[in-house]
Amino acid sequence: MVKITIDGKEVTASPECTILEAATKAGFRIPTLCHLKGINDVGACRVCVVEIEGVEKLVTSCNITVRDGMSVLTASPRVREARRTVVELLLSEHDCNCPTCPQNGKCDLQSLAEKLGVRTQKYHSSAPQGEPDTSSPSLVKDPRKCILCYRCVSVCDRVQSMGIWTIAGAGGHTQVVPEGGAPLAHTACTYCGQCVVSCPVGALSEKDDRDVAWELLNSRKQGKRIVTQVAPAVRASWGEALGLPRSVATPGRLVAALKHIGFDLVFDTCFAADVTVIEEAAELLRRAGLVEGQRSHGGPNARRMPMFTSCCPAWVRFLGAEYPEFLPCLSSAKSPQQMFGALAKTYWAQSFGVGAGDIRVLSLMPCTAKKYEASLDVMSSSGFRDVDVTLTTREISSLIMEEGVRVENLPEVDFDSPLGLASGAGVIFGSTGGVMEAALRTAYYLATGKNPPVDAFRVVRGTGGRREAEFDVAGKTLTVAVVHGLGNARMLLEDIKAKRVAYDFVEVMACPGGCAGGGGQPYAQGFEYNPEAGARAQTLYGIDDKAPVRFAHENPAVIELYDKFLKTPGGELSEKLLHTDHRLWGIQARSRRVMAAAAT
Amino acid sequence: MSYVRAPSPDRMESVIAEMTTSMQHRIALAPAGICPVEMTMVFLRLCHAQSCGKCVPCRIGLGKMADIISDLIDGRGDPSLLSTLEATARTVRDTSDCVLGVHAGSMVLRNLDEFLNDFQSHALESRCVGIFAGPIPCQSACPAGVNVPGYIALIREGKPKEAVALIREANPLPTVCALICDHPCEAHCRRRMLDDAVNIRGLKRYAVESSGDVPLPEPLPPTGKKVAVVGGGPAGLTCAYYLALWGHDVTIFEKYPKLGGMLRYGIPEYRLPKALLDKEIERILSLGIPAKTSFEIGKDASIEGLRREYDAVFLAIGCHEDRKLGIEGEEGPDVVSAVSFLRQVISGPLPVLRGKIVAVVGGGNVAMDAARTAVRLGAREVKLVYRRRREDMPADPKEVTGALEEGVDLIDLASPVRVTRNERGAVTGLIIRPMVAGPIDDSGRPKPVPSGRPDETVECDVIIVAIGQSSESARFKEEGIPTNKDLVVAGEDLSVPGVPGVFAGGDCVSGPSTAVKAIGHGKTAALNIHVYLGGEPVETARHPIPPARPSDMMPSGRVELKERSPLVRVRDFRMVEKGMSAEEALREAHRCLRCDHYGCAPLRSGRWYAWSR
Ligand SMILES: Cc1cc2nc3c(=O)[nH]c(=O)nc-3n(C[C@H](O)[C@H](O)[C@H](O)COP(=O)(O)OP(=O)(O)OC[C@H]3O[C@@H](n4cnc5c(N)ncnc54)[C@H](O)[C@@H]3O)c2cc1C
Ligand code: SF4
Ligand code: SF4
Repeated sequence: MVKITIDGKEVTASPECTILEAATKAGFRIPTLCHLKGINDVGACRVCVVEIEGVEKLVTSCNITVRDGMSVLTASPRVREARRTVVELLLSEHDCNCPTCPQNGKCDLQSLAEKLGVRTQKYHSSAPQGEPDTSSPSLVKDPRKCILCYRCVSVCDRVQSMGIWTIAGAGGHTQVVPEGGAPLAHTACTYCGQCVVSCPVGALSEKDDRDVAWELLNSRKQGKRIVTQVAPAVRASWGEALGLPRSVATPGRLVAALKHIGFDLVFDTCFAADVTVIEEAAELLRRAGLVEGQRSHGGPNARRMPMFTSCCPAWVRFLGAEYPEFLPCLSSAKSPQQMFGALAKTYWAQSFGVGAGDIRVLSLMPCTAKKYEASLDVMSSSGFRDVDVTLTTREISSLIMEEGVRVENLPEVDFDSPLGLASGAGVIFGSTGGVMEAALRTAYYLATGKNPPVDAFRVVRGTGGRREAEFDVAGKTLTVAVVHGLGNARMLLEDIKAKRVAYDFVEVMACPGGCAGGGGQPYAQGFEYNPEAGARAQTLYGIDDKAPVRFAHENPAVIELYDKFLKTPGGELSEKLLHTDHRLWGIQARSRRVMAAAAT
Repeated sequence: MSYVRAPSPDRMESVIAEMTTSMQHRIALAPAGICPVEMTMVFLRLCHAQSCGKCVPCRIGLGKMADIISDLIDGRGDPSLLSTLEATARTVRDTSDCVLGVHAGSMVLRNLDEFLNDFQSHALESRCVGIFAGPIPCQSACPAGVNVPGYIALIREGKPKEAVALIREANPLPTVCALICDHPCEAHCRRRMLDDAVNIRGLKRYAVESSGDVPLPEPLPPTGKKVAVVGGGPAGLTCAYYLALWGHDVTIFEKYPKLGGMLRYGIPEYRLPKALLDKEIERILSLGIPAKTSFEIGKDASIEGLRREYDAVFLAIGCHEDRKLGIEGEEGPDVVSAVSFLRQVISGPLPVLRGKIVAVVGGGNVAMDAARTAVRLGAREVKLVYRRRREDMPADPKEVTGALEEGVDLIDLASPVRVTRNERGAVTGLIIRPMVAGPIDDSGRPKPVPSGRPDETVECDVIIVAIGQSSESARFKEEGIPTNKDLVVAGEDLSVPGVPGVFAGGDCVSGPSTAVKAIGHGKTAALNIHVYLGGEPVETARHPIPPARPSDMMPSGRVELKERSPLVRVRDFRMVEKGMSAEEALREAHRCLRCDHYGCAPLRSGRWYAWSR
């Protein structure tokens, strides 16, 4: 431990920590903007500068470590002047049309200007020119808002290992652009949206589909039925942007708020997640040779191990772009979002006597890549699009706000039946490890005819980048792994390729923390990366703990679905409606990036 | 009452002069990949500020050209602007009265020609194709890619052992480079903007000298693949080192009795003591690399044979053939090439020069080594004969000064015409033709042209010719190794086209160059051979690098290495240069600006790593 003085107060700190960390821990508040702890420590914005006794220059507190005896001033007149000047300079090159910005009210730059008391603008204002890049189905980049903090660059490179965002030009012409300066849709971008949640301003956002959702509501007048599904992770985070405590922002109040807006059939994606569990578990047992059976999807490689989960479209895109040779390892199961849509327009349509063409499916997802997935042509097994429009958690909070719903005054309402009934297994889908745990619970049952103890597979929970476990299922040892974050996924694939590891079943979620930390979740503020993912996951596990049904295969609505409609998991109808061949998604393989020469 | 004033430098002038110098430094240190269009604009603005304002094209035209380029950069351009720009530049060049305008105009024309692509993409797509690479200047200037700020930081934290280990990750010959590297890193050191380059080589020498024995990393498990390395110079040694670390079974074949190549048989003892070289080579071989010495490929075995017995072959035979002056009287005793002279000094018997007059022909480092070695062997007089001017010598200026301090007599602007011999055939002198500096040639130096004065005689008993070496690669032509002039042809990845599994590098590919470039080649070849043999690109364990400290960027003097006095050092072959003291090293290490932390390097040369809590 070292002793330092901050604004006259003696503080002890561990020698590896930065001045910023030491000060924050000791209760001081140093403003930051570009810093993202452990990920973006380039010191680009210079907002966090402090004065150090005996050092002539001001020093960035985010990337300089403490030293014994250091004496730091966090808010001296020099520091205040510098910070304010830096923010004024930034504002002079920022499109300050705040009221129409997706980050309005949540923007770090806006709140920084307020915190630092910036009221004047002494520089000639010259926001950059250029139109937003709206080429992709998921993400929008607006160069006029970008403040070149480089968070997106670092997150995409260091966390997701993709390196899609690059820096072009230099000096006053520096820009953050997609690789090669191409429109985003022409790159290998996975649409995970981790750059979006990390952007401190409104330069990155999801493709805005709120107006499409409002139009859907209007289409009821033409006799359309609007069927809404709510993804697991959305229920754990929807209240954050509305400033509601978790105790108020319950799943039941979300259903109530949606009904208040006019979405009268509010179902649960967790129901479809239960179906996914059953389909995937059955496929795993077949692939692992625990039961007999042939696959129609996946061709000759359909038995290839390991089996990868397939519910994360950003992960599927990653695999198709970077490791296309592994596509046959993906479970052919569609994601719960798409299964839900396909079932709504067939099973539910039949049971309730509604024509599939008269149904519109709206999904509420914690995810930007789901917009891409829903837009794929192959996702229309009922003859109509499985899902008509996908909104992120941020967009749904915005709709609730726009409608003026007083959420806290609403009584809680249950999801509608039958597609709203879900087991706890379906709920934990929203967290890293959740799909694995849910699938193993059912795989065990399908293989042995007995339920395992409900907590048998708990060890796959956690936050470690890669977690491994072995389980005995019907006399066979299944080796499983769970990874989250595409950088971890890449390392896992490299290890598999080099035969350093071998698994039977691997769960991959592109976003750190899983869907709980998804790219469609509320913007994070401050310098912690993905700060809420852990708490959201806890909410989901809490729901599972209290759920009356914990096994997907015991969900009565699901049992009825198979009895009356699908018959068997992996059967003919399931294959048609609930499975997909990922090679038909049309993902462009990325040319291998050249390794840096040994000499440089 | 006074009519004239004596000129006295005023304050403004000296500040402007200072600014000009720092501008020079800044421009010289411009990061790679900076947009040439923008540079042209900045250049024009500077020229415009210097215009006296008399003539129309310069007074107005320079500004207008800068405006046009500024429009291009801001995306307000259209293709017609390019032809306007070109026409304006032509007019400025052709009509300006003095060089201020003429030069500016022709520079713009040249850039338009050279960087047409960049100008067009700005004009047509308002897009900049320049890729600004903002790497660590010293590290990217180093052909071996040594992590300079990293090891300097370790020295500063009092960890010379770790510093050496870090250097070895990129360069297995730290002692060699500490003593004789031509340090291109220092030319690019960003500290030059402030005062002067960090003494990087000096610090490396300090690290090597104060660290004792630093163990090598553990090699990876054997791969069962066999590689033959032909030539035991720095290129071959480096390649063998990395391949052995990555688990391959490597054998070095060397023509001479000992390894080291030019490090041993070229560079003199007083710059690189052979005892230190031996230690460094032993350490590399201790990875389990057998060396077959006195074994000449092309004689004792063929490349074909090696290819049959080994999975891959690396050719690094260097440049050891003499270049001849091609003048009358050159053939015969007492006219020797510098490399064979220096080789003989090492392998014996010692050439007898005591009391003789020696003329050394050439102006490169090899000439300096030969001249200074001749001095140490007791020559009565050593004369250095060079065709161009002293300032045009390719030799390191410090080496030239060192030679002159040791009493070497420089005869520059003198082109050898004929060797005179007496009736017994012994050399009596060298006839030279006096030259003058002429127009600048392709090498950027003035070409020597005859001055018209009559030829002169340089009296001498021995002539040492140091005008370059060539490679013996032609002998491998029949075995299908492609050659160009006398060099081996190899691709960017150093693979030899048309001969699978054969790679080549070092001087035999690049022509006579430097040790660190040969090391860089050895590394590149090692990695590509490894991948050729089915390996995955490897990353050696990275030594942790101390965090940067707050930096003040206050100008401070560079610690220079001291040398032994010329009067004393000419009497023996002991090292000329002295190392830094611990205090000096610490001071110098403080000067490093840590460009790996400050500035754009951490951003623009980012590598992904795993996210994990
Ligand atoms: C006098 C002199 C001074 C120099 N000073 C410096 C300096 O201060 N700093 C610096 O950086 N560089 C210096 N250099 C240059 C530097 O030494 C060379 O660039 C470097 O050694 C080239 O390395 P290499 O491995 O390619 O070739 P070499 O070092 O030339 O090694 C090639 C090896 O291959 C062997 N070989 C050749 N043919 C065969 C064959 N048929 N079979 C088997 N083996 C064979 C040779 O015997 C030799 O050992 C100097 C060179 C000379 C001549
Ligand atoms: S897009 Fe956002 S995160 Fe990326 S550099 Fe611009 S402001 Fe920063
Ligand atoms: S200041 Fe240090 S890091 Fe920067 S170029 Fe010089 S030696 Fe390298």
